[in-house]
Amino acid sequence: MNNIGRNYFDIGYMDTLAQGDSWLHQLDPRAKVITTLLFIMAVVSFGKYTIWAFIPFFLYPVFLIAAGGLPGGYLFKKVLLVSPFAILLGIFNPLLDREIFLLIGTIGISGGWVSFGSILLRFVLTVTGALLLVALTGFNPVCEALRKLGVPKPFVIQLMFFYRYLFVLTDEAQRMERARALRSFHSGFMKYRTFVSVLGHLLLRTLDRAERIYYAMCCRGFDGQIHRLTSMKSSLRDFSFVIIWLGLFSVFRIYNVPEELGGWVMRCFR
Amino acid sequence: MHMADALISPAVGAAMWTATAGLIVFSSKKVKQAADDRKVPLMGVLGAFIFAAQMINFSIPATGSSGHLGGGLILAILLGPYAAFLVMASVLMVQALFFGDGGLLALGCNIFNLGFFSCFIAYPLIYRKIVGDKPTQGKIVAGALAAGIIGLQLGAFGVVLETVFSGISELPFKTFLLLMQPIHLAIGIVEGMVTAAVVMFVYQARPEILSAVSRFKPIGQLDLKKVIVGFLLAAVFIGGGLSWFASSHPDGLEWAMFKTSGKEELESRDQMHTVLAAVQEKTAFMPDYGFKNTEVASTSEPEVKPAWPAIDFGTSLAGFVGGGLIFLIIFLIGFGFRRREVIT
Repeated sequence: MNNIGRNYFDIGYMDTLAQGDSWLHQLDPRAKVITTLLFIMAVVSFGKYTIWAFIPFFLYPVFLIAAGGLPGGYLFKKVLLVSPFAILLGIFNPLLDREIFLLIGTIGISGGWVSFGSILLRFVLTVTGALLLVALTGFNPVCEALRKLGVPKPFVIQLMFFYRYLFVLTDEAQRMERARALRSFHSGFMKYRTFVSVLGHLLLRTLDRAERIYYAMCCRGFDGQIHRLTSMKSSLRDFSFVIIWLGLFSVFRIYNVPEELGGWVMRCFR
Repeated sequence: MHMADALISPAVGAAMWTATAGLIVFSSKKVKQAADDRKVPLMGVLGAFIFAAQMINFSIPATGSSGHLGGGLILAILLGPYAAFLVMASVLMVQALFFGDGGLLALGCNIFNLGFFSCFIAYPLIYRKIVGDKPTQGKIVAGALAAGIIGLQLGAFGVVLETVFSGISELPFKTFLLLMQPIHLAIGIVEGMVTAAVVMFVYQARPEILSAVSRFKPIGQLDLKKVIVGFLLAAVFIGGGLSWFASSHPDGLEWAMFKTSGKEELESRDQMHTVLAAVQEKTAFMPDYGFKNTEVASTSEPEVKPAWPAIDFGTSLAGFVGGGLIFLIIFLIGFGFRRREVIT
């Protein structure tokens, strides 16, 4: 499958995951949006040499993946797929910062490697947090939650329209690319002139489509509102979800749980 | 190039989110004011077009690499700056949520870097100035090329500043700048050329589409200036405030100051500073380093500052042991809660 196909398949699959029926899927989308943001804020608020204090935070993704019945391996692969940028910018740390910072037994580790490890842990946690939000909620409920949380309506409507037609236009682009590839003996990327022509035609089709959609909307009496059958109601469960995680994140943020526990264990064995 | 959550500090992230959120609110208001129903589906479908177009690559001759359309500039040309900014923001948000490109905290930075500079700087101040009211082929090519290059140069500069101010990556400002700007010069040229070519294609096939857009008034000069200054001020206050209160470890800037001056805080201890420092000590999650007692003791002694980063061998071994244990516990919890049926 080519690049277009893979990305397309990915979005569809994330939506399929969001159709699940675990109690996590049924939570109020607002609760999940808020908890995700709290999680990310807590993780990035640590200093650059943090390693151990991140480990308790893995409770959040592991719990959501387990209790939500999500495929952990697939999500992890997705995280790896986007890692190059973080690695690219982080890999200079070990070269630039060589002071010994950490001793495990007798092995000294330089500050650069520690901060690089810290970047990788941060990266895995924050990206997984964002992906889990969609995989447990679905895109349209996230948009509705944003609307309820005060994001301006034109932007939310834009998000929903964009998401709706994303599949249509990706399909269109994929068909054009496939037709081009079949006629040119699969000769890799297209030439510039072909590219411009393909893109131009795609744009013209897009503009025509927008016109048709507009007329269809007028016929159906679109008034700028997107109505939904299910209403959003917060129950005690949603509140307690946010509160419990907020409590846990605060504990993990304020106390360095691994160091406390490790110190206690080592004292016991002494 | 997308900024990632892993590389930014909360202060930078929050500051950029403030600026971006302000721009989204402002643009939404402008789009609403225009009250052009036709634009609602057009914006949505054009966003999808950009998304699909980014997946189509062409080979750049003699380099072996490939290029594609970035999108901010062509959106601004087709929709005007406000609507284009909202479209760009929505595209980046979907990429962050579904592909993990960047991340949610860095999304503010990404929208600003890729949306603000192309929609609110490159388009009105460069493209419109060059192309004017009567577009010709030469003007469109020159305008798109210049706007594409400048938009991406500014965006890349934004990435550099955000990274350096965050201080998570060790890359020095100069090296990173020298790395980013030339790469983005090339990307900018490609962006400008592709944008010009596609706009020309539309111009030749359906000239009425572009003339309809060019009738939109450019942004009122006064209006925009006020807004930008307001956002910058808000961003500076929020960023400054957060880094003041929330950092329990010296952040990149403090660290850089420590390295260059040998002192952790520059010695300008006027009244204001001490008051703020006292407030910080009370409100910070943890007072700096958590060495409150030693600090009190050391004031009487002649300047025995702990070398930074302070190495505490005891705690690092404890961290290793405790970290391993907790990892184990978390995965046991995970297995305990594992649902039977896994969606595949």
